[in-house]
Amino acid sequence: MSPQLSKHDPAKKWSGPTRKYDLIKEFVIAIVVVGLLAISLAALFSSPDEPALTLKSWAISDPADFIGTATGELAGTTVSAGYGAPYNTAAEGQVLGPLKLQKWAGVRIPINPADDFVIAPLAIDNDPAVVSAIAAWKAASVDQQGKWANAYADALGKSPKAITLPDPTGVFGPVPAIATGLYGLARTGALDGLLAAGDTPLPTNFTKPLLFLADSGTYFPDYAGARHLQGDQWGVMNETGSYPGQSWLWLYSFWYQIDPFKSSGNADVLVMATMTVLSLALLFMPFLPILRRVPEWIPIHRIIWRSWYRRKEE
Amino acid sequence: MSSKKMWTTRVRESTLERFEPKDLLPDVQPAYVASWIYIFGVATIAAFVMLVASGLVLTFEGPAWWHTSSIGHFYNSIHLWSVELFFVFMVVHLWGKFWMAAWRGRRWMTWITGVISFFASIVTGFTGYLIQTNFDSQWIATQAKDSFNSVGIGAYFNALNTGQAMLIHVSLLPLVLGGLVVWHVILVRRKGVVPPIEAGGSE
Repeated sequence: MSPQLSKHDPAKKWSGPTRKYDLIKEFVIAIVVVGLLAISLAALFSSPDEPALTLKSWAISDPADFIGTATGELAGTTVSAGYGAPYNTAAEGQVLGPLKLQKWAGVRIPINPADDFVIAPLAIDNDPAVVSAIAAWKAASVDQQGKWANAYADALGKSPKAITLPDPTGVFGPVPAIATGLYGLARTGALDGLLAAGDTPLPTNFTKPLLFLADSGTYFPDYAGARHLQGDQWGVMNETGSYPGQSWLWLYSFWYQIDPFKSSGNADVLVMATMTVLSLALLFMPFLPILRRVPEWIPIHRIIWRSWYRRKEE
Repeated sequence: MSSKKMWTTRVRESTLERFEPKDLLPDVQPAYVASWIYIFGVATIAAFVMLVASGLVLTFEGPAWWHTSSIGHFYNSIHLWSVELFFVFMVVHLWGKFWMAAWRGRRWMTWITGVISFFASIVTGFTGYLIQTNFDSQWIATQAKDSFNSVGIGAYFNALNTGQAMLIHVSLLPLVLGGLVVWHVILVRRKGVVPPIEAGGSE
């Protein structure tokens, strides 16, 4: 065996046998082959494009869910209303042991779902019943507002298909008129524009309409569930249709499928922490005492460099 | 002032003067550089070129073009399949380099720039999914926000803010990723391709 093939300091410039290698030709061929492959796959399989859902489509397709969610925003019982940072102080948010990272980041995107999603948009509604309902709501104490909204939310919960309920004893206050007014606004499509354009008439930030839509009890999650996009369906890495999606997120999605992650109220921060540790391990692999030796112990390198090792043994 | 102390001199000496033209564009390689695994590095870069090219077309036509134009939809499909190929090639390249223990011989920075490129690619791919302006992007944004919010990042990177994601995806991340790839390739050229394990010993 040639002494040059037996041992070489990997930190030093290679002084052993060489071969011709045309890097530029290889690069040009790679561009052509990969380009043709991408164009062929695009022509054969296209790409998914399910139209965006809107508050209008929600109100028309699932009016009871829309009314129930709007009432929930007034009662403070939706996900957004009880979220915590960065939207409000209604909850402490997720914690990682003593670390309250979510809370510590602060309320940087302040949102009051009752006001922002329901009361403020109805300011453009000229219907006398809505105008008077809004006035009554604003004049009431927070405690009274909560009693009205919770009473109506409870009643709607017992009649899941209802979009309005009679109130012979007045326990619902102005809430039915407000919820019905918002429903009417949504059906015209006006609510989509009002929530998106709250900060600027040319919106690029859809935080408010998307948070409201995501508060939906059935419409939004059921639509996603039917397309295998829910979290317990490996949803983070999937996309609509039979497409690969973000398959590179498989490990991230994996943790949501098993305990203790999937049953934890702090699942998101636990998964993020786990992935951070694993990512740092991958990043600093060259310095990890045992892991960096694994490639030497499992001889996959002998397959990769099989022609070299064959030559060495001759 | 001694030219040795000049910043310009120092930068030139630590960059340009450390490379011979033959090191940057060599026409020979060690005899062990003979395996299909070496294809996946250059294939990743080729897919990146396709991504930038198809992405530029989509950028010039605007974010909603592909919903209403069949040509636009085709360019979106090229962009999608280029990113799928990009990740397949990159992951095979990464695994290949792991089993080659390619960090040996003081090549740890080459490994680290490669892994950071992988992470930057994931963020770039994710922001791309956020700006599709369709149901996919709505759903992904509303789900992902909880992860970002849980660690405090959501207060600064708002997945529901399409404009923020679009600017980051189109203007910032391709530059970051492109810079990382150039740095990674320069390190490969400067350090040379890692030798086989027994040939190079273990560090």
